[in-house]
Amino acid sequence: MKFLPLIWNNVWRRKFRTTFTLLSIFVAFLLFGILMTIRHSFSFGVEIAGLDRLVVINKVSLIMPLPYSYEARLQAVPGVQMVTHQSWFGGIYQDPSNFFANIAVEPETFLKVYSEFVIPEDEVKAWLDDRQGVVIGKDLATRFGWKLGDRVPLQGTIFPPKSGDVWEFNVRAIYDAPDGVDKTQFFFHYDYLEENRNQGAGTVGWYVIKIDDGSRAVEMGHTFDSMFENSSAETKTTTEKGFVDGFAKQVGDIGAIMIAVSSVVLFMFGLVAASTMAQSVRERTSELAVLKTLGFSGPVILVLVLAESLFIAGLAGGLGLFIAWLIVQSGDPTGGMLAIFILPARDVWIGVGLMTAMGVLAGAAPAIGAMRLKITDALRRS
Amino acid sequence: MFWLRQTVAIMVLNLRTIPSRLSSSAVAIVGIAGVVVVFVSVLSIAAGFRAAMQGSGSRDRALVMRSGADSEMTSGVTGAEVDIINQAPGVKRDGRTAVTSAELYVIVDLPKKSTPDSAANVPMRGIEPTAMALRPEVSIIDGRMFRFGTNEVIAGRGASGQFVNLNVGDTIVSGQNRWDVVGIFEADGAVAETEVWCDARTLQGAYRRGNTYQSVLAGLETPESFDTFRDWLVSNPQLNVSIRRENEYYAGQSQNMTRLITTIGVGIGALMGIGAVFGAILTMYTAVATRAREIATLRALGFETSSVLVSVLFESMVLGAIGGIIGAAAAYVGFNGYQTSTINFQTFSQVAFAFRVTPQLLVLGLGYALTMGFIGGLLPALRAARLPIPSALREL
Repeated sequence: MKFLPLIWNNVWRRKFRTTFTLLSIFVAFLLFGILMTIRHSFSFGVEIAGLDRLVVINKVSLIMPLPYSYEARLQAVPGVQMVTHQSWFGGIYQDPSNFFANIAVEPETFLKVYSEFVIPEDEVKAWLDDRQGVVIGKDLATRFGWKLGDRVPLQGTIFPPKSGDVWEFNVRAIYDAPDGVDKTQFFFHYDYLEENRNQGAGTVGWYVIKIDDGSRAVEMGHTFDSMFENSSAETKTTTEKGFVDGFAKQVGDIGAIMIAVSSVVLFMFGLVAASTMAQSVRERTSELAVLKTLGFSGPVILVLVLAESLFIAGLAGGLGLFIAWLIVQSGDPTGGMLAIFILPARDVWIGVGLMTAMGVLAGAAPAIGAMRLKITDALRRS
Repeated sequence: MFWLRQTVAIMVLNLRTIPSRLSSSAVAIVGIAGVVVVFVSVLSIAAGFRAAMQGSGSRDRALVMRSGADSEMTSGVTGAEVDIINQAPGVKRDGRTAVTSAELYVIVDLPKKSTPDSAANVPMRGIEPTAMALRPEVSIIDGRMFRFGTNEVIAGRGASGQFVNLNVGDTIVSGQNRWDVVGIFEADGAVAETEVWCDARTLQGAYRRGNTYQSVLAGLETPESFDTFRDWLVSNPQLNVSIRRENEYYAGQSQNMTRLITTIGVGIGALMGIGAVFGAILTMYTAVATRAREIATLRALGFETSSVLVSVLFESMVLGAIGGIIGAAAAYVGFNGYQTSTINFQTFSQVAFAFRVTPQLLVLGLGYALTMGFIGGLLPALRAARLPIPSALREL
């Protein structure tokens, strides 16, 4: 502790240099935070997707519907807690660039299966009571400034409405959810879709099934699929996690690209830090020799130099991550393409680990050099 | 003239001493090279995707979809409507038959070669016999054309490269459908190369579509007859369709994805650039600091302050140029032509494309490197120019 002032003074020995070293490490960790956020958003919430929820789709492809009649048969299987179904609506609000997911659901079962959605009691009731009612995510409400009671028209791309040119909806409820859950979705009554569409009657997009025991997911999946084998609509069951993961894989390996870019960035700026530390120690050779003459042991010198580089990496890196976090709080800059936009806690810890590693690696060589310094040589050199 | 000789003399001196300051110069070079690699390669993804989409489609073909549909995937056109569309004026005719193809556009689940354990949405197109004459850019490069009325299919070159089980002789099993791959086709690098093609009527049966299609691709007599064709269809009360030129349709399809990648690429590139400028400033600052005495000597000898300033800037820009060339070369060698595929959110199906490190991108990267070098050299150059001669001479 008593050496803190010494370390502090050493850090600020060359203000100009330290400032720019701090700034470049700051930028490195700011970028790290943002890249990890993008990576996470392209995993589409796979970390929190439920293992006790199974998704049943048409075996041919997700775009092929399933008969509505499957619901009762699925519900009858032992071990099934609740079955609900969803249908992709693909509606457009004003312009195709305003993309968000809008899905027709069966409200009562939907609420039971998706227990993570938090909706005030009276709003739930209002949504259930209104055939044209929708429940929308908090982020979606913010994005378009929608409030309870607002009337929202959507253009039906897949389903032209039987009456009128557009589909009309009333915002009846707004859901919140834990971090990492997509809060940009739009859920409305399947009944409304069913009565007002002129094709695809009696079919649903896919089923979501909550089961009693998540560890039996694979076995249950086989049971479901075998029930409909050789029928006109065979099924393919996966866990919700597997389903989301499969979709992320379709987008491509964005995660790998982000990690590759982060590595380039951290390597680049680590090099800057290492080179500055090496130079700063080199300049101080004679001072270090004097310290040694005064009786400072080699290990103490080592710790002093390492502490200095750790301090620089930690201060700048910490600040970088913090600012990245602040930026992420202000939301998705692309206008809805990155639905889940958060900096995961796990990546923050990885960042802290990387900062420490950068501090140690940048300081290691000069510190060891300083520890091994022979007083006589060092004093003579100047 | 004298000033120029002075300046050049210092520049040469500076450059010749770079080897003795190698490690510190390397920091600036590596930093700038890193920025250029990332910047150019991320933008090359966007360039490749855009090229695949914009190279698709032709001005002299029109795509008819149901009004309100934003892509072939969500569109629907009945057989009766197709018959009316075939009557429209402005359509190219071969004898008395219209050169049009009513098509279905669906998805078949096939694993990607890179992730064999999970299925990807591969687009499958059902075509009519006229489709090949309508699209002269399409040619079979392996195997043969499928026979209409059978469950034979041909696969695009990109699809065959990216997905499992799409070679001549393979059979795709999808639900209760079996498709025999009998040929591979290419289409001048267009999006169609990611598709699997089969007989529209067979596909109607397999996907239970009755006598409906999703779009009609119509050849136009001349590119200018588009307006006649469109106006006739739009004013026909029996139809509710929207008509676009085929090339414009595909250009529109690429917008969202291109914008997303470009935003990410430019954002990351800009932030990294700021960091690299800091790195360059440190390097040049060190370069100036270690040569403080030399610089002071030069100035005491009567060299102009501006010569010193320009020479430091020049050195910094040389470092930037070296970094830029290394970075651009690395991006080109590493990523140009790299084959990949992603999902196009607008059609919900896969698009295979290759990264394209275009000459424009290389120039852009190099220009960016020089800019970073210039900005990085500015502060240290001013410092060198302002160095008080007496104290600098005394230093060390």
